[in-house]
Amino acid sequence: MTAPIRPTVVTARDGRTAVINIGGLDAEQSALARRSDFPLLAANPRLHYLDSAATTQKPAAVLEAIQRYYETSNANPHRGAYALSAAATEAYHDSRTRIARFLGVADADTVIFARGTTEALNLVTSSWGRTNVKAGDRIVVTRLEHHANFVPWQVLAHEAGAEFVIAELNADGTLDMNGLASLINAKTKVVAFGHVSNALGSINAVAEIVALARKVGALTVCDGAQGAPHINVSVDSLGVDAYAFSGHKMLGPMGIGGLVMRRELLEAMPPYQMGGDMISHVGDQHTTWNVLPHKFEAGTPNVEGPVGLAAACEYLTSLGMDRVIEHERLLAARAMEKLSAIPGVAVLGPAIDKRGGVVSFTLDNVHPHDLSQMLDADGVCVRAGHHCAQPLMRALDVHATTRASFYVYNDAADVDALVESVDAARKRFAGA
Amino acid sequence: MSAELDELYQSIILDHNRRPKNFREMEDATTKADGMNPLCGDQLTVWLKLDGEQITDVSFRGQGCAISKASASMMTQILKGKSRAETDKMFDDVHALVTGHPTGADVGPLKALGGVSRFPLRVKCASLAWHAMKSALNAVDGAATPVSTEGEGPGGEGA
Repeated sequence: MTAPIRPTVVTARDGRTAVINIGGLDAEQSALARRSDFPLLAANPRLHYLDSAATTQKPAAVLEAIQRYYETSNANPHRGAYALSAAATEAYHDSRTRIARFLGVADADTVIFARGTTEALNLVTSSWGRTNVKAGDRIVVTRLEHHANFVPWQVLAHEAGAEFVIAELNADGTLDMNGLASLINAKTKVVAFGHVSNALGSINAVAEIVALARKVGALTVCDGAQGAPHINVSVDSLGVDAYAFSGHKMLGPMGIGGLVMRRELLEAMPPYQMGGDMISHVGDQHTTWNVLPHKFEAGTPNVEGPVGLAAACEYLTSLGMDRVIEHERLLAARAMEKLSAIPGVAVLGPAIDKRGGVVSFTLDNVHPHDLSQMLDADGVCVRAGHHCAQPLMRALDVHATTRASFYVYNDAADVDALVESVDAARKRFAGA
Repeated sequence: MSAELDELYQSIILDHNRRPKNFREMEDATTKADGMNPLCGDQLTVWLKLDGEQITDVSFRGQGCAISKASASMMTQILKGKSRAETDKMFDDVHALVTGHPTGADVGPLKALGGVSRFPLRVKCASLAWHAMKSALNAVDGAATPVSTEGEGPGGEGA
C-alpha cells in the first residue's frame, strides 16, 4: 500500500550509532511472539490490540500456570502444617525467586509483592515517605509522571509541609536534564521519575538521574510500569533505591506487581499495612514485625498472581528481552512515519531512539474519544484520553490524545490497520 | 464502518460537531454551570437566560467529543423558549433516549442521539451538557455546583 520505510538511524546515549533495519519491514513482518500463544488474540484474528501500555494480553502459558496452581497446590500459604499448604508456600516463594531473577534482583526477599505499581508507590510514600520527609524538605517529580507517581508525592508533600516541585520537559517530550539538575538541592529528599512515559513513550536516562540524586543523598524512586515489560531491566544495576512494576503490563495477570527496594531501606521502614503474616510476635501492647518480604505483605497473599507473573517472565525471557524494545521500535517507527503522513495528524513525543513502543497523537478536528470509537469499529483498540497524566497534558496543551502502544504480539499489519482506520475517520469527520 | 457506528455518527451529529450552535459565552446569563466527564477530560459550561419560568437563551462552550458537542449544540436550540417544566420533561426524554429506553416523545432533531444507546460508554458524553443545564437551572437561586458524569454508567480512567 505504501512505499517501504527507510532505515531509521538510532544514536544511543553514549554516542554510538546503530541502524535499526526497518527497510525490510513490510506487511508480512511477523510479530515477535506467536499470536496463537495468546488465546484471546487467536480467537479474534481481526483484532488489532494496540493498548498494551494499559494492559497486555495473556499467553496460554500464564493462564495454564494459574489453572495448574489451583488444581494442584491451592491452600493458604505460610499457615498449614499440611503438605498442601507447604506446596502453596513453595509456589509463592518459588514465583518470587523467578520474578526477582527476571528483574535482575539478587536478593529476592527485597521484591515486595503488591497489587501493582500504584500500590507499590503508595507503599513507598506511606512508609518511607511519612517517616523521612519533613517540613522544609523538597520532593522532585517530573512532568512525565503517571498520576500514580505524582499524586502520592503531592499529598505527602502537603502533609509533611514539604516542597513539591516538577521537573519540566524539552520541546520533544524528553526530560530536561539541566532543569532537573537545577531543582535537586540539599533539601531534596526524593527524586521520583518514570522509567518510560506511558503517555509519550519517552525513556528517561535513569543512570543520570540517579547520579544527580545521589550527590545530595536523595531517595530515587522509579516507576517501572512501562519499563520492566519492554526493556531488559536489571534493577540491581539501575542503581535506583526503589523500582515499582505491574505484572499485567508484562503478560501477567492483573492484581499483582511489586516493589523492589534496597534491603537496608526496607528494614528501617515501618510496615505499610498491619495484620496476619506480617508479624513476628503480637503482645498485648506491642507487636514485632516479620522479616522481609513478609513485613510488607499483610494478610493472605495473592498466590495465583505471582505464579502467573513468573510464567509471564519466563515467556518473555524465551522471546528474548533484548529483542522486545527493538521489535516495538520497528512498529512505532512505522506508525510514526505513516501517521505523520495523514493530514492533520500530529505525533507527540520524542524521536524513535528516545522512546519505547508508544505513539501518542492528535488529529485535527477529531476528538480522541470519537477517533478511538471509529477505530474500534475496525477492530483497532487504542487508548483515548489523558492517560492518567493530566499534568503532562497541560504542558502539551492538549486535553487528550489517542495512543497506540505496541508489544510482542503486534506486527506491521496492526500498524497498517491503525493508519488506514485513522485516515478513514479523518475523511468521515471532514465530511468527505 | 458498522451500522451501529453509522447510527452514532449521523451527519447531523457531525455537522453540529463541526459548527456547534450557540457556542459562546453569555455575559448577561441568569445562571450557568460547569460539567465535566472525567473519562476523557471533557469539560463544558452551559449558560441560561431566564424570563420568569421561561428559558429565553441558552449557550455553551468547552472541550468535548463530537457526541457531547452535538448534544450540547442541539440542546441549546431546542430549549430556547421552553418553560422549566417543558425542559425537565425534555431532559427525561433525552436521557431515556440515550440510555436505550425511549419514551416515544417527540424530541425533534435530538432523536439523532438515539444511536448512543448502543454504546454505553458514550451515554456520559451525550448527557454531559444536559446535566450541566439542569444544575444551572436548579441553581437559579444559588451557586451552581459543577456536575460530573461519574456515577453514570461504566467508565473511569486508568493507566
